[in-house]
Amino acid sequence: MQVDWATFWPRIIEATGETILMVILTLIFATILGLVIGLLLFVTRKGNILENRWIFYFLNLLINIIRPIPFIIFLVAISPFTRMIMGTTIGTAAAVLPMTIAAAFAVARIVENNLVSIDPGIIEAAQAMGASPLRIIFTVLIPEALGPLILGITFITVGLIDFSAMAGTVGGGGLGDLAMTYGYQRFDTSVMIVTVVILILLVQIAQFLGNMLSRFFLRR
Amino acid sequence: MIRFTNVSKTFGTKENVVKAVQDVSLEVKKGEIFGVIGFSGAGKSTLLRLVNLLERPTSGEIIVNDKRIDALSQKELRQLRSRIGMIFQSFNLFSSRTVYGNIAYPLKLAGWSKAKLDQRVKEMLRFVGLEDKATKYPESLSGGQKQRVGIARALATSPDILICDEATSALDPETTEEILQLLLKVNKEYNITIMLITHEMHVIKRVCNRVAVMEDGRVIEEGQVFNVFTKPQNETTKNFIRSVQNDQLSSHLLEKLQESKRGKLYRIIYKEGVSNQPILSKISKKYQVDFNILYGNISELQERLFGSLIVEFIGEEVEVSKVIKELEKIVELKEVHYAS
Repeated sequence: MQVDWATFWPRIIEATGETILMVILTLIFATILGLVIGLLLFVTRKGNILENRWIFYFLNLLINIIRPIPFIIFLVAISPFTRMIMGTTIGTAAAVLPMTIAAAFAVARIVENNLVSIDPGIIEAAQAMGASPLRIIFTVLIPEALGPLILGITFITVGLIDFSAMAGTVGGGGLGDLAMTYGYQRFDTSVMIVTVVILILLVQIAQFLGNMLSRFFLRR
Repeated sequence: MIRFTNVSKTFGTKENVVKAVQDVSLEVKKGEIFGVIGFSGAGKSTLLRLVNLLERPTSGEIIVNDKRIDALSQKELRQLRSRIGMIFQSFNLFSSRTVYGNIAYPLKLAGWSKAKLDQRVKEMLRFVGLEDKATKYPESLSGGQKQRVGIARALATSPDILICDEATSALDPETTEEILQLLLKVNKEYNITIMLITHEMHVIKRVCNRVAVMEDGRVIEEGQVFNVFTKPQNETTKNFIRSVQNDQLSSHLLEKLQESKRGKLYRIIYKEGVSNQPILSKISKKYQVDFNILYGNISELQERLFGSLIVEFIGEEVEVSKVIKELEKIVELKEVHYAS
Protein backbone atom coordinates (compact mmCIF):
# COMPACT_ATOMS: atom_id res chain seq x y z
CA MET A 1 0.00 0.00 0.00
CA GLN A 2 1.26 3.41 -0.95
CA VAL A 3 1.06 6.35 1.49
CA ASP A 4 -0.41 9.59 0.29
CA TRP A 5 2.37 11.82 1.62
CA ALA A 6 0.61 15.04 0.62
CA THR A 7 -2.17 14.38 3.14
CA PHE A 8 0.09 12.51 5.51
CA TRP A 9 2.60 15.23 6.36
CA PRO A 10 -0.02 17.45 8.08
CA ARG A 11 -0.95 14.40 10.20
CA ILE A 12 2.68 13.94 11.19
CA ILE A 13 3.08 17.59 12.08
CA GLU A 14 -0.12 17.49 14.12
CA ALA A 15 0.97 14.32 15.92
CA THR A 16 4.42 15.77 16.66
CA GLY A 17 2.71 18.81 18.16
CA GLU A 18 0.54 16.56 20.32
CA THR A 19 3.56 14.63 21.54
CA ILE A 20 5.47 17.78 22.38
CA LEU A 21 2.44 19.20 24.18
CA MET A 22 1.96 16.01 26.19
CA VAL A 23 5.61 15.89 27.15
CA ILE A 24 5.87 19.56 28.10
CA LEU A 25 2.65 19.58 30.15
CA THR A 26 3.66 16.39 31.92
CA LEU A 27 7.13 17.72 32.50
CA ILE A 28 5.83 20.87 34.16
CA PHE A 29 3.33 19.11 36.44
CA ALA A 30 5.59 16.14 37.20
CA THR A 31 8.53 18.40 38.04
CA ILE A 32 6.50 20.47 40.47
CA LEU A 33 4.91 17.42 42.09
CA GLY A 34 8.13 15.42 42.04
CA LEU A 35 10.09 18.28 43.54
CA VAL A 36 7.63 18.56 46.41
CA ILE A 37 7.61 14.82 47.09
CA GLY A 38 11.39 14.52 46.70
CA LEU A 39 12.07 17.46 49.01
CA LEU A 40 9.62 16.11 51.59
CA LEU A 41 11.28 12.73 51.37
CA PHE A 42 14.69 14.29 51.93
CA VAL A 43 13.91 16.71 54.76
CA THR A 44 11.90 14.12 56.71
CA ARG A 45 14.77 11.64 56.62
CA LYS A 46 16.34 10.59 59.92
CA GLY A 47 18.51 13.35 61.30
CA ASN A 48 17.40 15.90 58.74
CA ILE A 49 15.96 19.36 59.20
CA LEU A 50 12.30 18.26 59.45
CA GLU A 51 12.77 14.67 60.54
CA ASN A 52 9.45 12.82 60.51
CA ARG A 53 9.52 9.09 60.39
CA TRP A 54 5.89 8.58 59.32
CA ILE A 55 5.90 10.97 56.39
CA PHE A 56 9.21 9.52 55.23
CA TYR A 57 8.03 5.90 55.38
CA PHE A 58 4.72 6.70 53.72
CA LEU A 59 6.28 8.55 50.79
CA ASN A 60 9.06 6.03 50.43
CA LEU A 61 6.58 3.17 50.31
CA LEU A 62 4.33 5.01 47.84
CA ILE A 63 7.23 5.59 45.47
CA ASN A 64 8.29 1.99 45.73
CA ILE A 65 4.76 0.85 44.91
CA ILE A 66 4.19 3.10 41.89
CA ARG A 67 7.65 2.96 40.32
CA PRO A 68 7.95 -0.73 39.45
CA ILE A 69 4.58 -0.87 37.62
CA PRO A 70 5.18 -0.92 33.83
CA PHE A 71 3.75 2.29 32.45
CA ILE A 72 1.44 0.66 29.92
CA ILE A 73 -0.20 -1.31 32.75
CA PHE A 74 -0.28 1.70 35.07
CA LEU A 75 -1.97 3.67 32.30
CA VAL A 76 -4.80 1.16 32.01
CA ALA A 77 -4.98 0.48 35.75
CA ILE A 78 -5.69 4.06 36.73
CA SER A 79 -8.04 4.77 33.82
CA PRO A 80 -11.11 4.90 36.14
CA PHE A 81 -9.31 7.57 38.15
CA THR A 82 -8.38 9.39 34.94
CA ARG A 83 -12.01 9.34 33.82
CA MET A 84 -13.09 10.68 37.21
CA ILE A 85 -10.69 13.61 37.06
CA MET A 86 -10.54 14.43 33.36
CA GLY A 87 -13.96 13.18 32.29
CA THR A 88 -12.44 10.96 29.61
CA THR A 89 -9.60 8.52 29.05
CA ILE A 90 -9.09 9.37 25.41
CA GLY A 91 -7.06 12.22 23.98
CA THR A 92 -3.90 14.14 24.72
CA ALA A 93 -5.20 15.89 27.83
CA ALA A 94 -6.33 12.60 29.36
CA ALA A 95 -2.92 11.08 28.72
CA VAL A 96 -1.18 13.81 30.68
CA LEU A 97 -2.64 12.68 34.03
CA PRO A 98 -1.23 9.15 34.21
CA MET A 99 2.01 10.37 32.68
CA THR A 100 2.30 13.06 35.33
CA ILE A 101 1.71 10.66 38.20
CA ALA A 102 4.17 8.07 36.94
CA ALA A 103 6.81 10.67 36.12
CA ALA A 104 6.38 12.60 39.39
CA PHE A 105 7.48 9.62 41.45
CA ALA A 106 10.50 9.10 39.24
CA VAL A 107 11.34 12.81 39.58
CA ALA A 108 10.88 12.53 43.36
CA ARG A 109 13.49 9.78 43.54
CA ILE A 110 15.91 11.76 41.40
CA VAL A 111 15.38 14.88 43.51
CA GLU A 112 15.98 12.89 46.70
CA ASN A 113 19.13 11.24 45.31
CA ASN A 114 20.59 14.58 44.29
CA LEU A 115 19.77 16.19 47.62
CA VAL A 116 21.41 13.35 49.53
CA SER A 117 24.64 14.08 47.72
CA ILE A 118 24.75 17.65 49.10
CA ASP A 119 27.41 17.94 51.81
CA PRO A 120 25.48 17.92 55.13
CA GLY A 121 28.01 20.47 56.39
CA ILE A 122 26.53 23.06 54.03
CA ILE A 123 23.09 22.52 55.53
CA GLU A 124 24.59 22.72 59.01
CA ALA A 125 26.29 26.00 58.09
CA ALA A 126 22.95 27.48 57.00
CA GLN A 127 21.34 26.27 60.22
CA ALA A 128 24.15 27.79 62.24
CA MET A 129 23.43 31.11 60.54
CA GLY A 130 19.84 30.90 61.71
CA ALA A 131 18.11 29.84 58.47
CA SER A 132 14.65 28.29 58.89
CA PRO A 133 13.93 24.89 57.31
CA LEU A 134 11.84 26.45 54.55
CA ARG A 135 14.59 28.95 53.87
CA ILE A 136 17.12 26.14 53.71
CA ILE A 137 14.98 24.27 51.18
CA PHE A 138 14.69 27.22 48.80
CA THR A 139 18.03 28.96 49.27
CA VAL A 140 20.35 26.02 49.92
CA LEU A 141 18.96 22.64 48.90
CA ILE A 142 17.50 23.56 45.51
CA PRO A 143 20.34 25.85 44.34
CA GLU A 144 23.03 23.42 45.52
CA ALA A 145 21.45 20.49 43.67
CA LEU A 146 20.21 22.37 40.62
CA GLY A 147 22.87 21.28 38.11
CA PRO A 148 22.50 17.52 38.59
CA LEU A 149 18.77 17.99 39.12
CA ILE A 150 18.39 19.39 35.62
CA LEU A 151 20.30 16.43 34.20
CA GLY A 152 17.96 14.11 36.09
CA ILE A 153 14.90 15.87 34.79
CA THR A 154 16.33 15.71 31.27
CA PHE A 155 16.64 11.97 31.73
CA ILE A 156 12.98 11.89 32.76
CA THR A 157 12.04 13.98 29.71
CA VAL A 158 13.53 11.40 27.41
CA GLY A 159 11.54 8.80 29.29
CA LEU A 160 8.42 10.91 28.86
CA ILE A 161 8.79 10.88 25.09
CA ASP A 162 8.73 7.11 25.42
CA PHE A 163 5.71 7.29 27.79
CA SER A 164 3.88 9.52 25.34
CA ALA A 165 4.26 6.95 22.59
CA MET A 166 2.68 4.34 24.86
CA ALA A 167 -0.09 6.70 25.86
CA GLY A 168 -0.69 7.12 22.14
CA THR A 169 -1.54 3.47 21.76
CA VAL A 170 -4.46 3.78 24.14
CA GLY A 171 -5.92 6.83 22.44
CA GLY A 172 -3.61 9.52 23.69
CA GLY A 173 -2.82 10.81 20.23
CA GLY A 174 0.62 11.92 19.17
CA LEU A 175 3.40 10.16 17.32
CA GLY A 176 2.90 6.86 19.15
CA ASP A 177 -0.69 6.73 17.99
CA LEU A 178 0.35 7.48 14.44
CA ALA A 179 3.09 4.87 14.42
CA MET A 180 0.74 2.23 15.81
CA THR A 181 -2.26 2.87 13.56
CA TYR A 182 -0.47 3.55 10.29
CA GLY A 183 2.84 1.85 10.79
CA TYR A 184 2.11 -1.20 12.89
CA GLN A 185 -1.48 -2.07 12.10
CA ARG A 186 -1.24 -1.26 8.38
CA PHE A 187 2.25 -2.61 7.96
CA ASP A 188 3.52 0.69 6.58
CA THR A 189 7.20 0.72 7.35
CA SER A 190 7.83 4.18 5.90
CA VAL A 191 5.43 5.83 8.39
CA MET A 192 7.08 3.95 11.19
CA ILE A 193 10.51 5.13 10.08
CA VAL A 194 9.40 8.76 9.85
CA THR A 195 7.87 8.73 13.34
CA VAL A 196 10.87 6.98 14.84
CA VAL A 197 13.22 9.52 13.25
CA ILE A 198 11.13 12.36 14.68
CA LEU A 199 11.14 10.73 18.12
CA ILE A 200 14.92 10.37 17.97
CA LEU A 201 15.24 14.01 16.98
CA LEU A 202 13.03 15.08 19.90
CA VAL A 203 15.16 13.06 22.32
CA GLN A 204 18.33 14.62 20.92
CA ILE A 205 16.96 18.12 21.30
CA ALA A 206 15.75 17.46 24.85
CA GLN A 207 19.12 16.02 25.87
CA PHE A 208 20.99 18.89 24.27
CA LEU A 209 18.90 21.53 26.03
CA GLY A 210 19.20 19.69 29.34
CA ASN A 211 22.97 19.40 29.08
CA MET A 212 23.27 23.05 28.25
CA LEU A 213 21.10 24.19 31.14
CA SER A 214 22.76 21.95 33.69
CA ARG A 215 26.19 23.09 32.57
CA PHE A 216 25.09 26.65 33.12
CA PHE A 217 24.03 25.84 36.68
CA LEU A 218 26.93 23.54 37.49
CA ARG A 219 29.27 26.41 36.64
CA ARG A 220 32.15 24.36 35.41
CA MET B 1 29.64 34.98 77.78
CA ILE B 2 29.28 31.22 77.43
CA ARG B 3 28.70 29.14 80.52
CA PHE B 4 28.22 25.38 80.72
CA THR B 5 26.97 23.95 83.99
CA ASN B 6 26.98 20.17 84.36
CA VAL B 7 26.19 19.68 80.69
CA SER B 8 25.84 16.19 79.28
CA LYS B 9 24.89 14.98 75.84
CA THR B 10 24.18 11.39 74.95
CA PHE B 11 23.40 9.92 71.57
CA GLY B 12 21.86 6.71 70.43
CA THR B 13 19.23 4.25 71.53
CA LYS B 14 18.65 2.63 74.88
CA GLU B 15 20.87 -0.32 74.04
CA ASN B 16 23.68 1.64 72.49
CA VAL B 17 24.34 4.86 74.34
CA VAL B 18 27.19 7.12 73.36
CA LYS B 19 28.08 9.65 76.03
CA ALA B 20 29.58 12.35 73.88
CA VAL B 21 29.75 15.03 76.55
CA GLN B 22 29.72 14.17 80.24
CA ASP B 23 29.07 16.60 83.04
CA VAL B 24 31.03 19.48 81.57
CA SER B 25 31.18 22.79 83.40
CA LEU B 26 33.19 25.63 81.96
CA GLU B 27 33.05 29.30 81.26
CA VAL B 28 34.27 31.27 78.28
CA LYS B 29 34.78 34.89 79.23
CA LYS B 30 33.99 37.89 77.10
CA GLY B 31 36.76 38.83 74.69
CA GLU B 32 38.96 35.81 75.23
CA ILE B 33 40.04 33.05 72.90
CA PHE B 34 39.15 29.78 74.53
CA GLY B 35 40.47 26.54 73.12
CA VAL B 36 39.25 23.00 73.61
CA ILE B 37 41.73 20.32 72.70
CA GLY B 38 41.21 16.61 72.50
CA PHE B 39 41.74 13.61 70.27
CA SER B 40 39.00 12.77 67.78
CA GLY B 41 36.04 11.27 69.57
CA ALA B 42 36.75 13.18 72.77
CA GLY B 43 33.44 15.04 72.41
CA LYS B 44 34.79 18.48 71.61
CA SER B 45 32.86 18.79 68.35
CA THR B 46 29.60 18.00 70.16
CA LEU B 47 30.53 20.44 72.93
CA LEU B 48 30.99 23.20 70.37
CA ARG B 49 27.65 22.45 68.71
CA LEU B 50 25.90 22.83 72.03
CA VAL B 51 26.83 26.52 72.04
CA ASN B 52 24.52 27.32 69.11
CA LEU B 53 22.23 24.39 69.82
CA LEU B 54 23.01 22.48 66.65
CA GLU B 55 22.96 19.75 69.29
CA ARG B 56 20.63 19.95 72.25
CA PRO B 57 21.99 19.03 75.68
CA THR B 58 20.57 15.93 77.35
CA SER B 59 21.00 17.58 80.73
CA GLY B 60 22.60 20.61 82.27
CA GLU B 61 22.42 24.31 81.67
CA ILE B 62 23.97 26.40 78.90
CA ILE B 63 23.99 30.16 79.16
CA VAL B 64 25.03 32.33 76.23
CA ASN B 65 24.92 36.13 76.52
CA ASP B 66 23.14 35.85 79.87
CA LYS B 67 20.36 33.78 78.36
CA ARG B 68 19.59 30.19 79.04
CA ILE B 69 19.57 28.87 75.48
CA ASP B 70 18.07 25.40 75.79
CA ALA B 71 14.75 27.00 76.67
CA LEU B 72 14.57 29.26 73.61
CA SER B 73 11.79 29.06 71.02
CA GLN B 74 12.65 28.34 67.39
CA LYS B 75 12.48 32.01 66.51
CA GLU B 76 14.59 33.13 69.47
CA LEU B 77 17.04 30.39 68.64
CA ARG B 78 17.45 31.68 65.09
CA GLN B 79 18.04 35.14 66.51
CA LEU B 80 20.67 33.76 68.88
CA ARG B 81 22.38 31.94 66.02
CA SER B 82 22.77 35.15 64.07
CA ARG B 83 24.79 36.42 67.07
CA ILE B 84 27.12 33.42 66.90
CA GLY B 85 29.33 33.00 63.85
CA MET B 86 30.61 29.53 63.03
CA ILE B 87 33.44 28.29 60.84
CA PHE B 88 34.21 24.73 59.88
CA GLN B 89 37.05 22.38 59.07
CA SER B 90 35.66 21.72 55.59
CA PHE B 91 34.62 25.38 55.17
CA ASN B 92 31.04 24.46 54.15
CA LEU B 93 30.67 27.25 51.63
CA PHE B 94 27.68 27.28 49.31
CA SER B 95 29.09 26.02 46.03
CA SER B 96 26.19 27.50 44.08
CA ARG B 97 26.97 31.01 45.31
CA THR B 98 29.87 33.28 44.57
CA VAL B 99 32.21 34.53 47.29
CA TYR B 100 30.05 37.64 47.43
CA GLY B 101 26.88 35.56 47.60
CA ASN B 102 28.27 33.44 50.42
CA ILE B 103 29.09 36.46 52.56
CA ALA B 104 25.76 38.10 51.69
CA TYR B 105 23.73 35.03 52.70
CA PRO B 106 23.55 35.62 56.48
CA LEU B 107 22.79 39.30 55.83
CA LYS B 108 19.89 38.35 53.57
CA LEU B 109 18.65 36.08 56.34
CA ALA B 110 18.79 39.02 58.73
CA GLY B 111 16.83 41.12 56.23
CA TRP B 112 19.43 43.78 55.45
CA SER B 113 18.64 46.32 52.75
CA LYS B 114 20.49 45.92 49.50
CA ALA B 115 22.65 49.00 49.86
CA LYS B 116 23.66 48.24 53.46
CA LEU B 117 24.29 44.63 52.55
CA ASP B 118 26.52 45.56 49.65
CA GLN B 119 28.54 47.89 51.84
CA ARG B 120 28.96 45.27 54.56
CA VAL B 121 29.97 42.49 52.15
CA LYS B 122 32.63 44.73 50.64
CA GLU B 123 33.85 45.66 54.10
CA MET B 124 34.16 41.99 55.02
CA LEU B 125 35.91 41.18 51.74
CA ARG B 126 38.42 43.87 52.56
CA PHE B 127 38.85 42.60 56.11
CA VAL B 128 39.82 39.11 54.91
CA GLY B 129 41.75 40.44 51.91
CA LEU B 130 39.67 38.91 49.14
CA GLU B 131 38.29 41.97 47.34
CA ASP B 132 39.41 40.59 43.99
CA LYS B 133 37.60 37.25 44.46
CA ALA B 134 34.06 38.59 44.96
CA THR B 135 32.66 37.13 41.74
CA LYS B 136 34.52 33.81 41.97
CA TYR B 137 32.91 30.54 42.99
CA PRO B 138 34.34 28.67 46.02
CA GLU B 139 35.47 25.84 43.74
CA SER B 140 38.19 28.02 42.28
CA LEU B 141 39.64 29.08 45.67
CA SER B 142 42.48 27.58 47.68
CA GLY B 143 41.85 26.14 51.15
CA GLY B 144 43.09 29.24 52.91
CA GLN B 145 40.97 31.49 50.72
CA LYS B 146 37.92 29.32 51.38
CA GLN B 147 38.43 29.64 55.12
CA ARG B 148 38.78 33.41 54.73
CA VAL B 149 35.40 33.45 53.00
CA GLY B 150 34.08 31.26 55.83
CA ILE B 151 35.33 33.77 58.37
CA ALA B 152 33.93 36.73 56.43
CA ARG B 153 30.57 34.97 56.17
CA ALA B 154 30.57 34.11 59.88
CA LEU B 155 31.37 37.68 60.88
CA ALA B 156 29.10 39.49 58.41
CA THR B 157 26.29 40.01 60.91
CA SER B 158 28.79 41.29 63.54
CA PRO B 159 28.26 38.44 66.02
CA ASP B 160 29.58 38.56 69.60
CA ILE B 161 30.92 35.05 69.47
CA LEU B 162 32.81 33.07 66.86
CA ILE B 163 32.96 29.31 67.23
CA CYS B 164 35.56 27.41 65.22
CA ASP B 165 35.22 23.72 64.46
CA GLU B 166 38.75 22.52 63.66
CA ALA B 167 39.07 25.56 61.42
CA THR B 168 42.70 24.95 60.49
CA SER B 169 42.84 21.16 60.47
CA ALA B 170 42.43 20.90 56.70
CA LEU B 171 45.13 23.48 55.98
CA ASP B 172 48.88 23.27 55.52
CA PRO B 173 51.11 24.81 58.23
CA GLU B 174 51.67 28.06 56.38
CA THR B 175 47.99 28.61 55.66
CA THR B 176 47.16 27.57 59.23
CA GLU B 177 49.40 30.37 60.48
CA GLU B 178 47.63 32.80 58.11
CA ILE B 179 44.19 31.84 59.40
CA LEU B 180 45.34 31.94 63.04
CA GLN B 181 46.68 35.45 62.46
CA LEU B 182 43.30 36.36 61.04
CA LEU B 183 41.53 34.93 64.10
CA LEU B 184 43.77 37.01 66.38
CA LYS B 185 42.89 40.04 64.28
CA VAL B 186 39.18 39.22 64.57
CA ASN B 187 39.54 38.92 68.34
CA LYS B 188 41.44 42.17 68.65
CA GLU B 189 39.72 44.44 66.14
CA TYR B 190 36.13 43.34 66.69
CA ASN B 191 36.54 42.20 70.29
CA ILE B 192 34.80 38.95 69.39
CA THR B 193 34.90 36.09 71.88
CA ILE B 194 36.28 33.00 70.19
CA MET B 195 35.75 29.40 71.21
CA LEU B 196 37.68 26.94 69.12
CA ILE B 197 38.20 23.23 69.12
CA THR B 198 41.27 21.53 67.73
CA HIS B 199 43.47 18.50 68.05
CA GLU B 200 46.61 20.54 67.39
CA MET B 201 48.39 21.90 70.48
CA HIS B 202 50.16 24.29 68.17
CA VAL B 203 46.88 26.12 67.57
CA ILE B 204 46.20 26.42 71.30
CA LYS B 205 49.71 27.66 71.94
CA ARG B 206 49.51 30.20 69.14
CA VAL B 207 46.21 31.93 69.83
CA CYS B 208 44.40 30.82 72.99
CA ASN B 209 44.23 32.52 76.35
CA ARG B 210 42.70 29.59 78.14
CA VAL B 211 42.38 25.95 77.27
CA ALA B 212 40.33 22.94 78.28
CA VAL B 213 41.58 19.43 77.60
CA MET B 214 38.87 16.91 76.80
CA GLU B 215 38.96 13.16 77.02
CA ASP B 216 36.06 10.70 76.79
CA GLY B 217 33.50 13.48 76.92
CA ARG B 218 34.92 15.09 80.05
CA VAL B 219 37.05 18.15 80.64
CA ILE B 220 40.09 16.71 82.39
CA GLU B 221 42.12 19.86 82.70
CA GLU B 222 41.45 23.54 82.29
CA GLY B 223 43.26 26.78 82.84
CA GLN B 224 45.43 29.56 81.47
CA VAL B 225 47.41 28.25 78.51
CA PHE B 226 50.63 29.36 80.21
CA ASN B 227 49.85 27.40 83.36
CA VAL B 228 48.71 24.31 81.51
CA PHE B 229 51.87 24.38 79.44
CA THR B 230 54.23 24.87 82.35
CA LYS B 231 52.44 22.62 84.82
CA PRO B 232 50.38 20.00 82.99
CA GLN B 233 48.55 17.67 85.38
CA ASN B 234 47.29 14.93 83.09
CA GLU B 235 49.09 12.40 80.94
CA THR B 236 46.94 13.36 77.92
CA THR B 237 47.80 17.00 78.41
CA LYS B 238 51.49 16.15 78.66
CA ASN B 239 51.21 14.21 75.40
CA PHE B 240 49.64 17.17 73.67
CA ILE B 241 52.36 19.47 74.96
CA ARG B 242 55.05 17.06 73.88
CA SER B 243 53.58 17.26 70.36
CA VAL B 244 54.67 20.89 70.12
CA GLN B 245 57.84 20.73 72.15
CA ASN B 246 59.64 17.50 72.60
CA ASP B 247 61.93 18.15 75.53
CA GLN B 248 62.98 14.58 76.14
CA LEU B 249 66.51 13.40 75.49
CA SER B 250 66.82 10.38 73.26
CA SER B 251 67.49 7.09 75.00
CA HIS B 252 70.59 6.72 72.87
CA LEU B 253 72.03 9.95 74.24
CA LEU B 254 71.06 9.04 77.81
CA GLU B 255 72.88 5.73 77.52
CA LYS B 256 76.02 7.40 76.31
CA LEU B 257 75.95 9.93 79.14
CA GLN B 258 75.45 7.19 81.69
CA GLU B 259 78.49 5.32 80.39
CA SER B 260 80.67 8.40 80.71
CA LYS B 261 79.72 8.77 84.41
CA ARG B 262 80.81 12.34 84.39
CA GLY B 263 78.11 14.03 86.34
CA LYS B 264 74.46 14.37 87.14
CA LEU B 265 71.73 15.50 84.77
CA TYR B 266 69.30 18.17 85.80
CA ARG B 267 66.41 19.82 84.14
CA ILE B 268 66.30 23.53 84.83
CA ILE B 269 62.84 24.96 84.46
CA TYR B 270 62.73 28.70 84.13
CA LYS B 271 60.27 30.73 86.07
CA GLU B 272 58.93 33.93 84.67
CA GLY B 273 61.42 36.75 84.36
CA VAL B 274 64.43 34.58 84.89
CA SER B 275 64.92 33.65 81.26
CA ASN B 276 66.80 36.80 80.46
CA GLN B 277 69.47 36.48 83.17
CA PRO B 278 72.87 34.82 82.70
CA ILE B 279 72.34 32.45 85.62
CA LEU B 280 74.51 29.57 84.56
CA SER B 281 77.60 31.52 83.56
CA LYS B 282 77.44 33.51 86.80
CA ILE B 283 77.28 30.35 88.90
CA SER B 284 79.89 28.63 86.85
CA LYS B 285 82.34 31.42 87.70
CA LYS B 286 81.50 31.18 91.40
CA TYR B 287 81.89 27.42 91.86
CA GLN B 288 84.11 24.74 90.47
CA VAL B 289 81.39 23.20 88.31
CA ASP B 290 81.10 22.94 84.55
CA PHE B 291 77.82 22.88 82.72
CA ASN B 292 77.19 20.81 79.64
CA ILE B 293 73.95 21.94 78.06
CA LEU B 294 72.24 19.04 76.29
CA TYR B 295 68.89 20.52 75.48
CA GLY B 296 67.45 23.94 75.63
CA ASN B 297 64.24 25.63 74.67
CA ILE B 298 62.81 28.96 75.57
CA SER B 299 59.61 30.01 73.93
CA GLU B 300 57.10 32.72 74.22
CA LEU B 301 53.59 31.98 75.33
CA GLN B 302 51.11 34.80 75.49
CA GLU B 303 53.96 37.26 75.73
CA ARG B 304 55.48 35.40 78.66
CA LEU B 305 58.73 33.53 78.36
CA PHE B 306 59.02 29.99 79.51
CA GLY B 307 61.40 27.17 78.86
CA SER B 308 63.73 24.56 80.21
CA LEU B 309 67.28 23.31 79.86
CA ILE B 310 68.74 19.90 80.43
CA VAL B 311 72.20 20.34 81.82
CA GLU B 312 74.92 17.98 82.89
CA PHE B 313 76.62 19.21 86.09
CA ILE B 314 80.29 18.21 86.04
CA GLY B 315 82.42 18.70 89.14
CA GLU B 316 83.14 17.65 92.72
CA GLU B 317 80.11 16.42 94.57
CA VAL B 318 80.40 19.11 97.25
CA GLU B 319 80.56 21.85 94.69
CA VAL B 320 77.66 20.39 92.73
CA SER B 321 75.44 20.33 95.82
CA LYS B 322 76.30 23.96 96.53
CA VAL B 323 75.33 24.85 92.98
CA ILE B 324 72.06 23.00 93.36
CA LYS B 325 71.22 24.90 96.52
CA GLU B 326 71.95 28.20 94.86
CA LEU B 327 70.04 27.39 91.72
CA GLU B 328 66.97 26.19 93.55
CA LYS B 329 66.42 29.70 94.83
CA ILE B 330 65.81 31.09 91.36
CA VAL B 331 64.74 28.23 89.13
CA GLU B 332 62.98 24.91 89.41
CA LEU B 333 65.34 21.97 89.36
CA LYS B 334 64.57 18.34 88.63
CA GLU B 335 67.03 15.53 88.40
CA VAL B 336 66.83 13.63 85.12
CA HIS B 337 67.31 9.93 85.67
CA TYR B 338 69.20 7.87 83.18
CA ALA B 339 66.88 4.95 83.12
CA SER B 340 63.73 6.26 81.58
